[in-house]
Amino acid sequence: MKLPVHTSPYGVLPNNVTRVMGEVLLALVPGIIALVYYFGWGVLINISIAVTTALAAEAGVLHLRHRPVRPALSDLSATVTAVLLAIALPPLTPWWMTMLGVLFAIVMVKHLYGGLGYNPFNPAMAAYVLLLVSFPVAMTQWLPPEMLNAHPLSFAQTLTAIFGGGLPDHLTWDTITSATPLDAMREQLKMNKTISEIAQNPMWGNFGARGWEWVGNWFLIGGLFLLWRKVITWHIPFAMIAGLLLASGLFWLFDPESMPFPGFHLFSGGMILGAFFIATDPVTASTTPKGRIIYGFLIGVTVFIIRTWGGYPDAVAFAVLLMNMAAPTIDYYTQPRVFGARDKDNA
Amino acid sequence: MITQNPGSWDFHGGIHRPDCKSMSAGKFLGKVPLPETLVLPLQQHIGAMAEPVVKVGEQVFKGQTIARVSEYIGAPIHAPTSGTIAAIEEHPVPHPSGLSAPCILLQVDGKDEWGELPEPLPYFDDMDPSLLRERIRWAGIVGLGGAAFPTSVKVNHGPDRPIQTLVINGAECEPYITCDDLLMREQADRVVEGIKVLLYVVDAEECLIGIEDNKPEAIAAMRKAVAESGLKDVQVIQVPTRYPMGGEKQLIKVLTGKEVPSNGIPSEIGVICINVATAAAVTDAVMAGRPLLSRLVTVTGEGVNSSGNLEVPFGVYMSHVIAHAGGYSDKAYKLILGGPMMGFTLGDDQLPVTKGSNCLLAASREEAPAPDKAHPCIRCGKCMDACPAQLLPQQLYWYARARDFDKTQEYHLFDCIECGCCSWVCPSHIPLVQYYRFAKTETWALEKEKRQAEDARRRHEARVERLERLERERKARLRQKKDALEKKTAANGANPRKAAVEAAMKRVAEKKARQSEAEKSSGESS
Repeated sequence: MKLPVHTSPYGVLPNNVTRVMGEVLLALVPGIIALVYYFGWGVLINISIAVTTALAAEAGVLHLRHRPVRPALSDLSATVTAVLLAIALPPLTPWWMTMLGVLFAIVMVKHLYGGLGYNPFNPAMAAYVLLLVSFPVAMTQWLPPEMLNAHPLSFAQTLTAIFGGGLPDHLTWDTITSATPLDAMREQLKMNKTISEIAQNPMWGNFGARGWEWVGNWFLIGGLFLLWRKVITWHIPFAMIAGLLLASGLFWLFDPESMPFPGFHLFSGGMILGAFFIATDPVTASTTPKGRIIYGFLIGVTVFIIRTWGGYPDAVAFAVLLMNMAAPTIDYYTQPRVFGARDKDNA
Repeated sequence: MITQNPGSWDFHGGIHRPDCKSMSAGKFLGKVPLPETLVLPLQQHIGAMAEPVVKVGEQVFKGQTIARVSEYIGAPIHAPTSGTIAAIEEHPVPHPSGLSAPCILLQVDGKDEWGELPEPLPYFDDMDPSLLRERIRWAGIVGLGGAAFPTSVKVNHGPDRPIQTLVINGAECEPYITCDDLLMREQADRVVEGIKVLLYVVDAEECLIGIEDNKPEAIAAMRKAVAESGLKDVQVIQVPTRYPMGGEKQLIKVLTGKEVPSNGIPSEIGVICINVATAAAVTDAVMAGRPLLSRLVTVTGEGVNSSGNLEVPFGVYMSHVIAHAGGYSDKAYKLILGGPMMGFTLGDDQLPVTKGSNCLLAASREEAPAPDKAHPCIRCGKCMDACPAQLLPQQLYWYARARDFDKTQEYHLFDCIECGCCSWVCPSHIPLVQYYRFAKTETWALEKEKRQAEDARRRHEARVERLERLERERKARLRQKKDALEKKTAANGANPRKAAVEAAMKRVAEKKARQSEAEKSSGESS
């Protein structure tokens, strides 16, 4: 009797990459719904453009690399990259810009480095930075949140704006877009206004800007879901938030009139999304327990530094990319103590 | 100093996997009847291969030593029953490679006649422990938990390493396996008797028996046996069910809080760890003078018709054992020797049961599916969270894959116990353990090569030196001869060289004279 020979262990936990990525997508749903609610249909259109492009690009590159296409497409990693980039873009980003970003993310950042698992940089964030430095104006043209938006666009109007660049006759880009809260805060501080003066503006809500703060909360729910499902561990998000709160809190205590309240930092821009969904991308993050804490903490501090003194209002993407570079080194110096390690081994 | 109770420490990582033990737990299916032929591999243990001491055609009796060891690490082999030696030849053995190895084939005569046995030693506690070690060695006892390391070597820890704790391993953490469970339930006295002997031999202060909490019957039986034995300082400790609790290092950590040093052995920290079945075998050797001839084997899985435990003499074909457990069911797909985490698949069932064979798992397709295609590593770190040796399996994988074996050692490759937890949790279904086994074998091969190259270099240097020395000696001898000769002629008062030269010159002058004369005469004639 001849029997099949395989290597142990036999059987695996019913878990796979598709499931991991699927849970990440699922966790993004509450935040996406909130984004659509506050900022309109553009968010969904961006996501559709991005996902379609990503899947096509992934299939194309894999074909060129003579790799099996189907398993890579079904692992959903390209979809996650596309969705993360799409929700970081302004709601009325022109279609070609979204496509360009996704192509850059998938072809250059992911596959030129060897594909899934080999890329040193977070593809979505690298693409975001590419677009930000190439098209700074378009990338900062956000729509105001729903409650402050005097001219909400219909689905058809949004579609026209994204694909044709045209707006309804009575509107101009200047009338419908506004600065992001981080940008607004920055500009006002530059004009030597104090925080209490700035806070008079109707755009500010309880802990951040109105609308924006709630998007953050919905992403937080998704993040907690990922923690519960053990897709991510607490180390990176908590260390990153701690780093940001600590740095901003320290400066705020010394100078509350020119330094925004830490809660503002937390609930503005991409902080929550970044902490739970982007910095935790396992491929590009630190993997040792200690390393994850250092990595997250440094991202948090870097975000504060760039937001306060840097050239760009939002800093999560830059901070993540900077720490991506540091991750291998952090890992090397934070290897956990091996079971039974003698003291000399650890030295 | 100790602030925690035994059993309250923890080890990092590990996994919870359905234990699937209820199929065979507590079921004893009897002793497997003897087949016509037994196949006894000469290597059933870690260490040196045993050497046959019988000839083909020789009549042997039950319990007779048929192969002995001359090396320190090794174990002799005994005839599990009486019969005739049919052959000593290569035969397929249960090994992951599926290769053949030297075996003794015993033609069973069916009489099951005992040979001469050594005396029982019921009053062992008056004896020198070294005599008991000798008895354990004679009995061919090896670790019956699966590793098959010679027990006599383990209990010979040396005077510079006093033993504080004897740990008895009844954890049996691998899913499916229940032979130790059955042994503890039904023969707890035999185990405790062995513990008594072992405690005396290693001179330990205390004994901790660790049993996973999914075996309440075994825990109760062992507690009862310990209480009745009147042994003090012996405790049965219930430990949580978590794989690999039964790993030697993990169990020692949980019971004593001590960590076996990396690249070290338990006796360095004053601990010796022995499996329950091994302790029972020690009882037989010391109290009855009987060698190790059979063991309990779990036969289980959806691939057999009736799961349970059987007592199997060594050398019986696995096919025979499975036939005795009702044969294969329609669902049989794979045959695994050992548990699903650390066992290995057998390509064939015409292989003998040996001392290390604790479980035959005939698994269905659902229980042990064919491996999935591996996806790329996404560096999620689940493997690190599961690793009981606190390694970075992911880094080890990268370096093993890249054949960077120096780096794998830097990441403590040899601390990997191959428990399989990392592979089990990997969402990319990468056969991680296989990479580590590969890296280990390659490293060993490289080291062997290096050693051989080093040996060759040394041999070459020795040869060159020897030739030079011989040349030097030859020259010295020549010089001595010449000197002696010169001395002799000098003593005769003449210089031999001068005389020779003069003689030669004389010869030349004579020749010249003859030539000129000849020329003259020829000139005259023309």
